[in-house]
Amino acid sequence: MSDTQTRITAIIVDLLGVDEEQVVPEARFREDLEADSLDLVELIMAFEEEFGGEISDDEAQKITTVGEAIYYIDHRMAV
Amino acid sequence: MKLLEGKKALIFGIANKNSIAWGIAQTLHEHGAQLAFSYGFEQLEKRVRPLAEQLGVEFVEECNIEDDAQIEHIFQKVGDHFGNLDILVHAIAHAKREDLDGRFVDTSRDGFRLALDISVYSLVSLTRAAVPLMSNGGSVLCLTYYGAEKVVPHYNVMGVAKAALEASTRYLAADLGPQNIRVNAISAGPIKTLSASGIAGFRKMLRYTEERAPLRRNVDQREVGQTALWLCSDLSSGVTGEIIYVDAGYHILGMPEPPEKWE
Repeated sequence: MSDTQTRITAIIVDLLGVDEEQVVPEARFREDLEADSLDLVELIMAFEEEFGGEISDDEAQKITTVGEAIYYIDHRMAV
Repeated sequence: MKLLEGKKALIFGIANKNSIAWGIAQTLHEHGAQLAFSYGFEQLEKRVRPLAEQLGVEFVEECNIEDDAQIEHIFQKVGDHFGNLDILVHAIAHAKREDLDGRFVDTSRDGFRLALDISVYSLVSLTRAAVPLMSNGGSVLCLTYYGAEKVVPHYNVMGVAKAALEASTRYLAADLGPQNIRVNAISAGPIKTLSASGIAGFRKMLRYTEERAPLRRNVDQREVGQTALWLCSDLSSGVTGEIIYVDAGYHILGMPEPPEKWE
């Protein structure tokens, strides 16, 4: 597990109250992890805080799975 | 010294740990106030309850402030729970996301009505409902922003709503002054909250303020809480109808520092 994956897994477990085993790259935030619209906003804010960068609203809309979040943070996040 | 020993406060508008209302709640709690929380819709319950537990707050109730019957109901419950009320904190605002982006001139009638009803009329209706419980006088506090007075990009209909909120603060203060109920507003600088995430370009607001404000930084929830403490306590007993700025001084500026390249 990459460093990014470890850190975002901890955030997701904390915010959504899911088990760590559920937080796999394929997991969809809404459908599989049962995140509501406020959860999604909170997740993005928490990722920004943890990694010290910015995720624009447009980009945030495109992040629907755990894997997409990891990819975005590793490759695209504006720091 | 605890400033609010024996005082009872009802707080509307805590959504999560980033909420300004949560910063206020913590400060009031530290100064001995007994608290009650109300949240607007079901999605918020799982966020508000753990925070309430942290402070040992037993009264946590849902109240849709668009519905007069629910307002009446919650104040009845608060009356049963506390007996009376000293402090009402209103930290509620809402607008459609599309109305917090683009041009103000494109605001729909429905979006305008919604923003003003939820963000402004709720102060009037909640205050009116609180008055019978404030038999020993009281303090009503709401939250506003500089976008009420001057144009701030994307703030749009919320700027108009906050202007109405500030005017309502004055009219309520005049009405209720004879009963020793004070009504004031805190105009806080931008703070990253769940609600703020709905404002297009919010990060730029933070960055701009940080660069320009006399204190060269943004303010946080606790700083708003500390001014709320002052406004809710007897320390501010002679103050009503005021807009108090907690904005690192931003609102005093008439012109930003010109860029160095001009020299």
